[in-house]
Amino acid sequence: MTADLYAGRGLTSRTLPRPALAGIVVAAVAIAWVLFAVTPLQGVADFIVFATVLAVAAVTVSTLAVEGRRRAVDRLATSGALVALALTLLPLGFTLGYTIYRGAKRFSGNFLTHSMAGVGPFAPNGGVYHAIVGTLEQVLIASLIAVPLGLLVAIYVTEYGRNAFGTAIRFLIDVMTGIPSIVAGLFVLAFWIQALHHGFSGFAGSLALAILELPIVVRSAEEMIRLVPASLREASYALGVAKWKTILRIVLPTAATGITTGVMLAIARVTGETAPVLLVVGNNNFIHTNVFNGPQASLPLYVFGGAGSSSNFDVDRAWAAALTLILIVVVLYVGARLLTRRNSLARR
Amino acid sequence: MTAVSPGVDAVPLRDVRSSRRGDRVFSGITLLSGLVVFALLGAIAVFLVVKALPALQHDKSSFWTTKIWDPDGTGHYGVASLVYGTALSSVLALAMAVPVALGVAVYTVEYAPQRIGRLLGYVTDMLAAVPSVVYGLWGLFFLLPHLVGLQEFLNHWLGWIPLFGGAHGDVNTFSKSVFAASVILAIMILPIVAAISREVIRQVDPAQKEAALALGATRWEVLRIAVFPPSRPGIVSAVMLGLGRALGETIAVALVIGNTFDISAHVLTPGGNTIAANIANRFGEAGSLGVSALIASGLVLFVITLLVNLIARYVIYRSGVQERSAAV
Repeated sequence: MTADLYAGRGLTSRTLPRPALAGIVVAAVAIAWVLFAVTPLQGVADFIVFATVLAVAAVTVSTLAVEGRRRAVDRLATSGALVALALTLLPLGFTLGYTIYRGAKRFSGNFLTHSMAGVGPFAPNGGVYHAIVGTLEQVLIASLIAVPLGLLVAIYVTEYGRNAFGTAIRFLIDVMTGIPSIVAGLFVLAFWIQALHHGFSGFAGSLALAILELPIVVRSAEEMIRLVPASLREASYALGVAKWKTILRIVLPTAATGITTGVMLAIARVTGETAPVLLVVGNNNFIHTNVFNGPQASLPLYVFGGAGSSSNFDVDRAWAAALTLILIVVVLYVGARLLTRRNSLARR
Repeated sequence: MTAVSPGVDAVPLRDVRSSRRGDRVFSGITLLSGLVVFALLGAIAVFLVVKALPALQHDKSSFWTTKIWDPDGTGHYGVASLVYGTALSSVLALAMAVPVALGVAVYTVEYAPQRIGRLLGYVTDMLAAVPSVVYGLWGLFFLLPHLVGLQEFLNHWLGWIPLFGGAHGDVNTFSKSVFAASVILAIMILPIVAAISREVIRQVDPAQKEAALALGATRWEVLRIAVFPPSRPGIVSAVMLGLGRALGETIAVALVIGNTFDISAHVLTPGGNTIAANIANRFGEAGSLGVSALIASGLVLFVITLLVNLIARYVIYRSGVQERSAAV
């Protein structure tokens, strides 16, 4: 017990120097390597796991011996956090890397500018132009619905709704973020297609995407509007400017950068949504620009269709389309983050 | 110069009236948009119920206990195996994702230098930005073959646990299984749990941490004494929100799960299904009763995810933690 009291890093307590720690890690990895060379153990993944476990164990045990229990537990926790970090970065790297690797085979200017019109599943050519057109149209219309509506809801919640009703709406918006995309698709199917007797169309997909986009827009806009300093509003009121004009001319412009970031992230999120598109838009091999009538292709569904195909050409096309999709999403995502840097309101 | 009296008189009365009217109109419009949110959620519930009714009424066997799904043929269908598969895959995904998400959240806030922490936050969020269909494609062509080794390992050493049991011949092929679906789900919910936990941990009062440090606590002890207790409600709701996301995830799961209708404890063997994956896989071939039955199963999913989200949000509201800056 008393020894523990002095186990923290003190001036007099014994500590393992950093070079020693590095040496222990290197030794553990070397032992693992020897074991894999001599014994029947094999495989890159197995080696990494084995070496990691061995290194963490060696560091913990040697800390226990030199610095005591408390420092050993602390080292173990640090190792755990580092392993968690690696386990997070690993799938991201593998997903992006493998998609680029497989997608590069068919990804080209030709692929981006040609549709699948007249291209059979076992033909090597064809492209995603029709799907890009469909996705852009569907997402644009979804945003035309969700962004203005979302902004108005955010304004109500922050500026007018300081009451039970406003709190209820905030709560419902938060709950809405949890609606599965397939349920949004089923709702549009039940409402727009079955009850109102419209056919499959890109617009039906836009409706479902708008439902998914709305809560994301509201939440980010709300956050940004709340960050607008009260002094700006008060200065405006003091000049006799009406509340609605203050909101439109002072509050929204001040929050505009942050709101744009939120909108871009929302768009990035719904661009890759497949489930609603599968249920209410249908598929189309041809360039179909009319978003209000008839099935329309889209990038996510193109990938989904190719993934389930027995033709290797379809699979290759699916990977190239997945790469296209990821590029669109990453551009939106990175753009949104770069915009955050210019955002004077953002806390971070 | 004539002295201008300060106050309301400085603004012509006409302007005040018109701006009051403007205020009323504008606040009315925003209120209306708020009502739209109410109406939308109500409409989702109403239309799903109405369109699910035909299937619920014409079911020849009990909707809740039937395992098979054949609405257009024999007319026997039920959600028993689907609900089981949905719950099993999601809980397994949580078991894998939550420790990692917490670890990375702690690392980002407490261990990494601020600049690197911010970068790590962006990178973790990037995991959430990858479309689910891409995860599905990757899972199908990359993950399934690479999971075989892990499956054999789990089966060999932990096979006595029913979860990892099963014949060796089933386990050593690459199989569309509940396990594969759980791994994909774990990767997909990881950023959500991590982002919310990160925001929650970031809001811990620094004075508490410094007090612990001043008493000679190690970093881990600071986490245990000063960081985790106040973050607990936020972390609980982060986990619940991750669960909600896992329950409803469709396309990625549809591509890597077996699409069978059995209730089996063995997650490594080929098979398994979830409500959402079943909708995606069966919609194309469904007749009118089939679509209604799928909507009925979607209604079940809607109610389950709604409950999970309500609880999560309730916990977070009670705790007073702000998690809005976590854009998930």
